[in-house]
Amino acid sequence: MATEELTLNIGPSHPSTHGVCRLIVRLDGEIVTHVEPVIGHLHRGIEKMAENRTYLQVVPLTDRLDYVGSMYANWAYCRAVERLAGIRVPERAEYIRVIVCELQRIASHMMGIGSSASDTGATSAFLYAFVQREMVVDLFEALCGARLTYNYVRPGGVAFDLPDGWVEQCRAFVAQHPAAMLEIDEFFFGNAIARARLKGIGVLDAETAVAWGVSGPSARGSSVDWDLRRDDPYSVYPRFDFDVPLGSNGDCYDRARVRLWECIESCRIIEQALDQMEPGPIMADGLPRLLAPRPGDAYDHIESARGSLGVYLVSDGSARPYRMKVRSPAFCNLAVLPQIAVGHTLSDLLVILGSLDPVFGEVDR
Amino acid sequence: MRIEELRERVCAMYPDLCPLFSIEFGDGTIAVPRERIHAAAADLKDMGFDRLGMVTAVDRGDEFEVVYRLQSRRLAAGMFLKTAVPYSEPTVPTMCDLWPAANWQEREVYDLFGIIFEGHPDLRRILLPEDWVGHPLRKDYEDERIIRRPDYI
Repeated sequence: MATEELTLNIGPSHPSTHGVCRLIVRLDGEIVTHVEPVIGHLHRGIEKMAENRTYLQVVPLTDRLDYVGSMYANWAYCRAVERLAGIRVPERAEYIRVIVCELQRIASHMMGIGSSASDTGATSAFLYAFVQREMVVDLFEALCGARLTYNYVRPGGVAFDLPDGWVEQCRAFVAQHPAAMLEIDEFFFGNAIARARLKGIGVLDAETAVAWGVSGPSARGSSVDWDLRRDDPYSVYPRFDFDVPLGSNGDCYDRARVRLWECIESCRIIEQALDQMEPGPIMADGLPRLLAPRPGDAYDHIESARGSLGVYLVSDGSARPYRMKVRSPAFCNLAVLPQIAVGHTLSDLLVILGSLDPVFGEVDR
Repeated sequence: MRIEELRERVCAMYPDLCPLFSIEFGDGTIAVPRERIHAAAADLKDMGFDRLGMVTAVDRGDEFEVVYRLQSRRLAAGMFLKTAVPYSEPTVPTMCDLWPAANWQEREVYDLFGIIFEGHPDLRRILLPEDWVGHPLRKDYEDERIIRRPDYI
């Protein structure tokens, strides 16, 4: 029987696109033959706005990039500023940065696993993940007063020291978290329906992942063994003992499950950091009130929850960045979607999109 | 890999790129003329830079600087590759044939700077609407909605 190709528009505002993303899909029956993501609906021109603000005023803008992982953008930006201005960060501040960013990784991965779960109809797993995310957000609220946009990591250190009782609260969270992850692993990743919906779907091979610049858990699910925390070590990461979990098949199942194991590794890192941390200053000494780094350009990157998040800064010697560019892992990861979605059904397409865990604030910037 | 080692390795393998290698803020940079940018990128890819981390541009006031950030897992290193592009003829060869990752990133640079990537398979605006006028990250771009914040020290 001859069939006619159907062009379908999904989004930009549709619950299953995980943000403001439009997909133009061509379908043969229910099979996707072509998909084109149309992005930019959340483009706020943050890179242009940065050119008209002082170095310190840019930090709150970076919160609005990846809004489920604000600490990362704060940190990546601050590292680029510190490299340009030659600022040495006190050791306690580095430990606090590592702790909050590993907590942020857990919070962000709870969103990633939760969306993979809800995409496949497992709403209970989504809620179990969000219970854990809520605890991290409570920790952040106690730390800096905000639940989403923290503005916490600042050039030279962090904004506030840990409040009284925070360390104990953090230890209590880290102590219960791995068991909660194993529970989700058992009842979601071990579930026959979830396995049928996720295994063998959206297979991304390692070679394609590297060529398309995919990074983070989305690449590690395809057994690309690359994690900046270990392979381009920054801050105090060399002092910690942790593993980099890898998937083997590069399908939606492996991408989601790698995130789960990464959360358990993050707990190991946080525990070691809390043990090693000593009292001391949290902000570099003698910082000028108005930073004006010498002319030049610098790039620094960190391993965010989505992959390699880099900030490129150009200084002309004035108090404002001459140019700021954010190398967004969500943008680069999303570019591979048309490569891996073709040949799957429409309902699988949305699972594949969710398994790349894009955050459109960071895609569109 | 330390940046000095990387420079030695580049010099040993590609003597013609050696004098163009500079180190600033702990990072290596190779700045080449536009005619050689694609060949230089291909050489560095052969050397082990399997990832094109970032493509971007800077409006220097009299010309554009197109900046590529290369990453290598095997060498555990990263470096810049740069080339200058004149205002009057803002074109540069595409890197899509070497790294498909260039596809969307070059579209973004085209969108925001108006630089033409020759040979790109699908050079369209990506972040802004199709009918947008101008390229906002150029320094001469004007829009009344751009607010310059005071310093507040």
